[in-house]
Amino acid sequence: MLEIRDLHACRDEKEILKGINLSVKSGEIHAIMGPNGSGKSTLAKVVVGHPAYTVTSGDILYQGKSILEENPEQRALDGIFMAFQYPVEIPGVNNANFLRLAYNAKRTFQGQEELDPLEFDDLLQEKLKLVEMDPSFINRSVNEGFSGGEKKKNEILQMAILEPQLSILDETDSGLDIDALREVANGVNKLMQPDRAMILVTHYQRLLNYVQPDFVHVLSAGRIVKSGGKDLALELEDRGYDWVIDQQTAEV
Amino acid sequence: MSTLESIANQEYKYGFRSDIESDVIPKGLTEDTVRLISARKNEPAFMLEFRLKAFRHWQKMEEPHWANVDYPAIDYQDIIYYAAPKPKAKKKSLDEVDPELLKTFDKLGISLTEQKRLSGVPIAVDAVFDSVSVATTFKKDLLKHGIIFCSFSEAVQEYPELVEKYLGSVVPTTDNFFAALNSAVFSDGSFCYIPPDTVCPMDLSTYFRINTEGAGQFERTLIICDRNSKVSYLEGCTAPMFDTNQLHAAVVELVALENAEIKYSTVQNWFAGDPKTGKGGIYNFVTKRGKCLGDHSHISWTQVETGSAITWKYPSCILQGDYSKGEFYSVALTNNLQQADTGTKMIHIGKNTTSTIISKGISAGKSTNAYRGMVSMKKSATNARNFTQCDSMLIGSNCAANTFPVIEVQNKTARVEHEASTSKISEDQLFYFRQRGIETEEAMSAIINGFCKEVFRELPGEFAVEATRLLGLKLENTVG
Repeated sequence: MLEIRDLHACRDEKEILKGINLSVKSGEIHAIMGPNGSGKSTLAKVVVGHPAYTVTSGDILYQGKSILEENPEQRALDGIFMAFQYPVEIPGVNNANFLRLAYNAKRTFQGQEELDPLEFDDLLQEKLKLVEMDPSFINRSVNEGFSGGEKKKNEILQMAILEPQLSILDETDSGLDIDALREVANGVNKLMQPDRAMILVTHYQRLLNYVQPDFVHVLSAGRIVKSGGKDLALELEDRGYDWVIDQQTAEV
Repeated sequence: MSTLESIANQEYKYGFRSDIESDVIPKGLTEDTVRLISARKNEPAFMLEFRLKAFRHWQKMEEPHWANVDYPAIDYQDIIYYAAPKPKAKKKSLDEVDPELLKTFDKLGISLTEQKRLSGVPIAVDAVFDSVSVATTFKKDLLKHGIIFCSFSEAVQEYPELVEKYLGSVVPTTDNFFAALNSAVFSDGSFCYIPPDTVCPMDLSTYFRINTEGAGQFERTLIICDRNSKVSYLEGCTAPMFDTNQLHAAVVELVALENAEIKYSTVQNWFAGDPKTGKGGIYNFVTKRGKCLGDHSHISWTQVETGSAITWKYPSCILQGDYSKGEFYSVALTNNLQQADTGTKMIHIGKNTTSTIISKGISAGKSTNAYRGMVSMKKSATNARNFTQCDSMLIGSNCAANTFPVIEVQNKTARVEHEASTSKISEDQLFYFRQRGIETEEAMSAIINGFCKEVFRELPGEFAVEATRLLGLKLENTVG
């Protein structure tokens, strides 16, 4: 589904990604871990086309074709979704209207008719239940005055509505208390299907107690320095990141 | 590179000029000019006196410069004070209006034929072209309800007693520099009288069009709503693109008697001048004021200001009757080199009077946008209340927004609330929309509409749609 080849990217002329290689297939969940500043969030943002980052070399293939030339909205319509680490507040824009705008953009792209507010509300109610979200959120402005947990849940709600092929969750577990973490993780698990794939970007192992990854990658200084199975995450939890990085340096 | 950078503006689509033969008096302003205008219009003596009084006072006044706007000095002797399309013959009905004029208004999307609009709701239009009213639709139908809706010139001839009684009763000739100038030289405008116990069956509107280069437009609108009556009034305006700036100094007076309600809505889209140099464009220096004369009367101003090189206006309410109510809902958008200094005055005189001010300023490009408002609670205004909310939104980083609120309270029981906020459309907000498959322009439109929704919902149906579309057009390409 996603093939990242020797990807180099910079922001403000500072190189952050220094040759990333990653292959994600349908039905797989990948966890990207690593210390702060290793380039985890940058990787997520580069895949969805954030304008602040420039790809200097390498390629990103999605469904077999390069998406480097595609703008962010095209990538989104192709089925790539990112749950933001810090979902932005949009005062004055009603959450339900925002969700419908996004949903209808996708329907239009797929050649389907747009849903009117009443039809959309049926879908919305169903998805709210799926992610165990309080229906009162949908009548508030997008993320405005939401708690950290509510913002993250709102991201999962959007994911449930848009049903993306590839979901990238950027530090979705950060800032969540244990109950909120479990609820968010439940939502994520319900949304995982054999024809979809997920990339979980996370600093800590704790989300991985609830969402089981097939692969774990450790990112350091813009490169993937170690890949493994679920056990790698546990080992990282025990031993920290230094040993992996040291091992890598020793090999070089 | 930031996506929040202004590229070129959408071209102004009303910038065409119609080729219509005009009766134009020479440039310049003296007492003779005033007499000439009055004579051209065959006015009764009280009108000439009104004009001369205003003119003599104006000569002693100085052009004010306290607004937060900047423009080269205006040469008042270099303006044409009267320009009127030459009548082919005296017109009896719409069929006799110059077809070229009908075409002009058609092109502007204003139908001067008495057809129902698409929505099925008719609207009566008074079309003002340069200095004169060229056509008023649905006049006869309205008269059946006792409603007078006609050009100002016609009102002076047909209903002189009403004009004499109310003209200048809200905005005196001596009120301010531009109002005095207008009182001296205004050539036409709209007049409306709603008799007691009448709900006006359709929206009334005036559409202003400046066509002649170098002509100032000084029109006068007077609306009187008698007791227990109700009217909704709409105003629209456009002008061709010229290289020279044109002065528009209108006066609008509203009078609401006991339990009457006037709702006045404006969508202003005068030519804003060249987006890069600021050359040309309209100086929109307008005095708009309503008087809630009777108890329980209600005046509501709603304005969407998108055009003009400079906008300088403060639609205000004098709340004289007890329990009277004044409202001001405003969206002022400036882009490129536009300047706007706008707001309102709420003067509370009567007991239990209430006022609401909702102002939304949007600045893009290198424009400046100021809200200036006054809430005055006079000694007699027992239990008066005001609520003001003043929000500014900045797009890009080369524009400015200012707020200048003045609050005067002379009565201890009065209550005044003021809220203000400034926000910015951020790259992050736009990216959030885009990551959800929503294009930048649509994202902008959603954010702006969200920002303005409290004002837009006050606009009559079609006007709200027009306003939304207009804001979208004006902001097109402000983000790349």
